Amino acid sequence: MSDSRALPAIQAEVLPLPGRWSGLRSGNLPVLPIAILGILILTAIFADVLAPSDPEVGTLTDRFKPPAWIEGGSRAHLLGTDHVGRDVLSRLIFGARVSIVVGFLAVIVAGAIGTTLGILSGYLGGWVDQVIMRLTDTWLALPALTFAIFLAAVVGPSVMNIVIILSAVYWTRYARVIRGEVLSLRERDFVRLAVVAGCSKWTIMRRHILPNVLNSGIVLGTLMLGVVIVTEASLSFLGVGVPPPKPAWGLMLADGKKGLMAGYWWLTVLPGLCIVLMVLSANLLGDWLRVKLDPQLRQL
Amino acid sequence: MTTLLEVSGLSTHYVAARGTRVTRAVEDVSFSLEAGRTLGIVGESGSGKTTLALTLMRLLPPGARIAGGSVRFEGEDIFTKSNSEMRAIRGKRMAMILQDPMASLNPLFTVGDQIAETLRAHEQMPRRGAWTRARDLLAAVRIAVPERRVGEYPHEMSGGMRQRVVGAIAISCEPKLLIADEPTTSLDLTIQAQYLQLLREIQRERDLAMIFITHNLGIVAKMCDDVAVMYAGRLVEFGPVRRIFDAPAHPYTRALIESIPRLGDPTARLTAIDGQPPDPAALPPGCAFHPRCPLVVDRCRVEAPPEVRVAVAHHARCWLASERPI
Repeated sequence: MSDSRALPAIQAEVLPLPGRWSGLRSGNLPVLPIAILGILILTAIFADVLAPSDPEVGTLTDRFKPPAWIEGGSRAHLLGTDHVGRDVLSRLIFGARVSIVVGFLAVIVAGAIGTTLGILSGYLGGWVDQVIMRLTDTWLALPALTFAIFLAAVVGPSVMNIVIILSAVYWTRYARVIRGEVLSLRERDFVRLAVVAGCSKWTIMRRHILPNVLNSGIVLGTLMLGVVIVTEASLSFLGVGVPPPKPAWGLMLADGKKGLMAGYWWLTVLPGLCIVLMVLSANLLGDWLRVKLDPQLRQL
Repeated sequence: MTTLLEVSGLSTHYVAARGTRVTRAVEDVSFSLEAGRTLGIVGESGSGKTTLALTLMRLLPPGARIAGGSVRFEGEDIFTKSNSEMRAIRGKRMAMILQDPMASLNPLFTVGDQIAETLRAHEQMPRRGAWTRARDLLAAVRIAVPERRVGEYPHEMSGGMRQRVVGAIAISCEPKLLIADEPTTSLDLTIQAQYLQLLREIQRERDLAMIFITHNLGIVAKMCDDVAVMYAGRLVEFGPVRRIFDAPAHPYTRALIESIPRLGDPTARLTAIDGQPPDPAALPPGCAFHPRCPLVVDRCRVEAPPEVRVAVAHHARCWLASERPI
C-alpha cells in the first residue's frame, strides 16, 4: 500500500452506526407534540392537585366571569366561569381526564377489534371475508352518530359505556383499511415463502401480516382520535354522553355554544383549543411513529 | 439410489367461469427423481413449470384443481395427506426457493429472525438455539461475518446476499428435496454463477435432490443431471442432460438449444422459434407444437403423440422421435 500516498486523500464522511433505538433519540424528535401530550396526560393524572376549585360546583353569583386578563375578570377564576359559575380552568383540567381516557381507550379498543377482523377477513378470504365485510358494510351504512345515540340510549350514560359505544361504532374503519392492506400483503413473496416453509395460517397472520399492518393501524388511530373526541363531545351535547355535571371538553363546548352569541367566547374557544391541541399532537406523533416504525426509514 | 419423488400422470387444471373455461396448465406429467440428483425443468413462460412445482408442494392458487395423477414423495402419497401433515412436510422435508430475493423476506424482521422462524416452526427449537443455528446457516451459505449479519434487516443486504439468506431458510431443516423456481433470474451474471456454485456445494454436502425450474438452458447444462422439457403443460421430452443436448429427440427441444446465443462463433446465426406459445386454454388439436414445428407431418395435426422411449431413460412425445435410430 505504499503508492496509496500518491493518491489525493479522500475525506471520507464517517457515518455514525445507528443502534436499535438510536432513531428515537435522534434530533428529529417531535418535541412539541410530545410536550403537549405529556402535559395533557400529566394534567389528567394530577387533576385533583392542579385544579384550583371544584369543577362540578359553582357559585351562581359568579356566573359568566371572563378570564382574568379581561376587564371584569378576577384572579380567583383565571379562565373565567360558565353559566352556573363553575371555574373553567378546573373543568378543563378535569375534562382532560375524561377526554384522554375516552379518546385513547376507544381508539385502542376499536383498533384491536377492527384490525383483528380486517386481518382475518383479508387473509382467510372466502366466506369469512364475505361475512365480515358484509357486516362492515351494513355497519358503515348506519350514520355513525345516530348509531352511537341509539347505543347510548340502550346502555345508558357513563364514561365506560361511552368507550364501548365509540369502539362499537368505529371499528369498521379499521377493518376496511386493514383488510385492503392485507389483500396486497398476502400476495407478497415473503408471505408465500412462509407458506412454502410450512408456517400455519395463524403464525403467518401474527408474524408477517400483523406487524406489517400495524403502521397503518397507528396512523389511522391517531386520525381517529380526533373523530372519537368530537363524537364524544356530540354525544355529551345531546345528553347521552358523559353525564353532567362531570366535566368533559365536548360537553363544555356544547354548553358554551349557548353563550357564544352573547360574547362569552371563552366557554367555547378554550375547550375547543384543548381538543385541537390534543388531536394535532396525536396526529404529529402518529406520523413520526409511522416513519420510526419502518426499519427501512429508521436508518435514514 | 432410492427414488425420492415419483410423479405419474399428474394433471393440474385452472378452472374459470364455472368450469366452462379449463386451462390445462399441467397435463399428464410423469417423471421420477432420485435422492441427491438434480432435475431441470425448462420451458417458455406459461408452459406450466411453476404450476408443476406448486402442485408438488400441494400449494395451488385458487381456481386450480388437481385433475388426476399422483405424487409420491419418500414413498408417501402427497395427495392423501391432511393439511397439517402437508405443513409439516413443507419447509421440513421439501423446501422451495422463490424467484425474487428482494420480495421473499419480510422487511420488518432481521434475517436471523426469519431463518429462526422456520426452525422454530418445525423443530420446536428454543429461541436462543434457533438464533445460533441461523448464524451457522448464514455461514453455510458463505455469508461473511455471519454473527453480525444475522441481526441485520433485509434492506441492509444486497440482492445476492438476500438470495443466499433465502437459500439458508430453505436448507435450515435439512430437507430432502429443494425446488428452486428460477432462483437466479433477478441476479446479475457474476452473482448468478456464485449462487449456482453455492447450490451445487450445498447439494453435495447434504445429499439434496433439487428441481431446478428455469428457462435458461445454460444453467441446466451446468447444474442438472436430468432435463424435463415442458411445452403447453406437457412434458415433451425427458432424459439425461447429455443426451438432451447431444441428441434431442423433440423438434421443440432442438429449437430451444439452437436458440442459445453462442459466443465466439461468428458464423452461427441465432435462430428463434417462429410463432408464439399457444394459449393453454385453447390448444391446437393434435400435437400442441405442430403450428410452430419445422418437421410437421399430417398426423401431428390430428393426433397427439404418445410418449415414446428414445433411449435408456430418454423419452419424448413426438411422432418422429421413435423413427430416429437410437
